[in-house]
Amino acid sequence: MTIGKKLWLIILFKLFIMFGLLKIFFFPNYLKTNFKTDKERSEYVINKFINKNP
Amino acid sequence: MLENIDISLVNWSRAQFALTAMYHWIFVPLTLGLTYLIAIMETVYVLTGKEEWKKMTKFWMTLFGINFAIGVSTGIILEFEFGTNWSNYSWLVGDVFGAPLAIEGIMAFFLESTFIAVMFFGWSKVSKKFHLLSSWLVAIGASLSAFWILVANAWMQNPVGTHFNPDTARSEMINFWDVISPLAINKFFHTVLSGYVVSALFVICVAGWYLLKGREIWLSKMSIRVASIFGLVASILLAWTGDGSAYHVAQKQPAKLAAMEGLYKGKEGAGLIVIGVLNPNKKVIDNNEPFLFKMEIPKMLSFLGYRDFNAFVPGIDDLVKGNEKYKILSAEEKIIKGKLARAALSEYKKAKDANNNDLKNIWQKEFEVNYKYLGYGFLNDPKSIIPNVPITFYSFHIMVGLGFYFIGLFALFLFFIYKDIIVSKRWFLWLGVFSFPLGMIASQAGWIVAEVGRQPWVIQDLMPTMVATSNIDASAVMITFFLFLSLFTALLIAEIKIMIHQIKIGPKGE
Repeated sequence: MTIGKKLWLIILFKLFIMFGLLKIFFFPNYLKTNFKTDKERSEYVINKFINKNP
Repeated sequence: MLENIDISLVNWSRAQFALTAMYHWIFVPLTLGLTYLIAIMETVYVLTGKEEWKKMTKFWMTLFGINFAIGVSTGIILEFEFGTNWSNYSWLVGDVFGAPLAIEGIMAFFLESTFIAVMFFGWSKVSKKFHLLSSWLVAIGASLSAFWILVANAWMQNPVGTHFNPDTARSEMINFWDVISPLAINKFFHTVLSGYVVSALFVICVAGWYLLKGREIWLSKMSIRVASIFGLVASILLAWTGDGSAYHVAQKQPAKLAAMEGLYKGKEGAGLIVIGVLNPNKKVIDNNEPFLFKMEIPKMLSFLGYRDFNAFVPGIDDLVKGNEKYKILSAEEKIIKGKLARAALSEYKKAKDANNNDLKNIWQKEFEVNYKYLGYGFLNDPKSIIPNVPITFYSFHIMVGLGFYFIGLFALFLFFIYKDIIVSKRWFLWLGVFSFPLGMIASQAGWIVAEVGRQPWVIQDLMPTMVATSNIDASAVMITFFLFLSLFTALLIAEIKIMIHQIKIGPKGE
């Protein structure tokens, strides 16, 4: 196999793992998944600012 | 109702981010610097018309291609993590980072990726001059791409040009040009220059190995000539921008500077530690000596930090306890102000929910009085404002020590190359071969200083790292940590194996 083909294979394999598996199954956007509107997201984060306790 | 922070979630999220950022940074420096070295070599080819320079350009381009193919998009993982693990932080900075990262995507990334195709596949399809232009645009595009990301990172170390909107919980940009602060400009140059130095060390490593094996003599000597000039200039500028970094850290992040130097008790005319061994029993505000052994340059830290040999440099104890003489607030006072800011924010929200505009305005003003201490309101222990001293101190001194070593190394390589005695200096060639990993270590150490040294903050003084995390399960982050560890380790092994294989083949096939 030429170096070029090998590298294309690595790129495609990597992109599939990153976007086809990791992004879809392991990395949902937390705020987009759990809240429908920006207002709800703002509200949630403001509450974190007010209520988080170390 | 108060919500307790899951420290194991914070630690796993931090570990995962550190892992992915450090692996990403293995690939990036070579991309940043090799593109310029290739463009310089190709320029010589176009100016002289000598085929050997074309062969040399194509050889280094192949090695660059391996690194680029394996490293490309490893940085995307960091963006995944922002959305999943660091959602509070992502929401807060969304408006600030949106502009620089959009410019990065549109301008730099497309510039880089479009012309990289011409660079690799256009040798026989476009004119010599257009190909050369493409190579330079790839180099400029790669550095521009880094510029916008580093502007975003610099804002986290020095959050200027923005305003916190208590209605949306977002930092909003007031002045775009303020965001591109002197600290950001210095950070950009310091970081990309470190990539140029690592790349020059890579070229010297490979070319040196060829000379030790008695092969590719002309190509290796010419490569070392180009790399040592490029590396020498870059490493001197790196030291100069490092001085700029120290100055900015002193102004904006005094706790980081104190940790970098293991300075517990502040003083006028503070010395710069050249070599030192920290006392492992030393704690904040005790009477133990901070060092078991140290060598220092008198008054130099004061000069580097404040451009005055007699300036006062606050130590860790001053920052924790405060120092009335030098008008330094104690951490406890800042914590009280931060808690007042949080309380005002809470009252502001209640007034807003009750549609009471008068009260809302009162609490907004109250919030703004103490806003710059907001992050301290999440802390309870005054000592928690200090980053990990041993990690920051040793990383800083490893980085600086190696930085000066590289200046000497490049200068000697240049000397031996001009005297044409490099082939006989076998010990020195071996030193060149083993200096490339040292370049990687120095470069990683620099990021450790920048990122560990700014703890406990994800955004200086405004948001502690523990507040930035999402409300997710620590075990989920732990699982993805090991998935990334496996994926990136596989990619690194692939890079090393393919790179070594291609180096062994050499430029014969070009």
